[in-house]
Amino acid sequence: MSRLYEVMFIVRPDVAEEEVDKLIAGFTTSVTNGGGVVKNVEKMGRRKLAYTVRKCADGNYVLFTVEASGAVVTELERRLRVSEPVIKFISVRIDEEEKRLAKVKALRASRRKLSAEPAAPAPVPAPAHVEPSEAVQASA
Amino acid sequence: MAEETTARAPEAGAGAPAQSSGQSSGPGSGPGPRPGGRPGGPGGRGKFFRRKKVCKFCTEKIDAIPYRDVRLLQQFVAERGKIVPRRLTGVCTTHQRRLTRAIKQARNIALLPFATRH
Repeated sequence: MSRLYEVMFIVRPDVAEEEVDKLIAGFTTSVTNGGGVVKNVEKMGRRKLAYTVRKCADGNYVLFTVEASGAVVTELERRLRVSEPVIKFISVRIDEEEKRLAKVKALRASRRKLSAEPAAPAPVPAPAHVEPSEAVQASA
Repeated sequence: MAEETTARAPEAGAGAPAQSSGQSSGPGSGPGPRPGGRPGGPGGRGKFFRRKKVCKFCTEKIDAIPYRDVRLLQQFVAERGKIVPRRLTGVCTTHQRRLTRAIKQARNIALLPFATRH
């Protein structure tokens, strides 16, 4: 019942680098304590905000990719809301999206394989060369 | 359509540039020499002879529109920060809906503004 989430939050610009790392460590521990897995942590660096948030004009963006249940993410959101250096956050559920993308990719890959097979003698690009010859050998 | 313009061009001579520019889909040209109500037009009143715009996402096979990709999203946002309608950008319905969702998410995380130019 694990879902994939993307949590992005903005930290105040006047907070030191070590503080940001400490915050990140704190959040990751809260996720792992709840039984989730932090798949990826990406510090996107300082960016100018599109509008002023709590009187800050720029901020440090951090992106978490978390695989966890809903309750864990709710707890993480609660912590983000409470923590003072974090000025904005958004959590997006992406497992349905990933499923859809995987389906589309699989569909495209299967379609490409079907179209590559009959073109055995024709000049086909290198990767397709392997498939037709194998198919010919298998059928013969 | 092409024959008419070429037939008129040698005829009019000096007046050709003015006329042909009005005919051959000048941007935002209102009802020129052709009357409105022509089938296959965009359906609105403003631009008559826009050639069929194709959805950028369908042609480039972009499946996912992430809210993090600000440069991509900014192409579909007007100067004042408003989302551009799909009749102007030519995006298909499914992608326009995903795009709108991504733009609103980006606005919430301060990657895009809600409105500019106070």
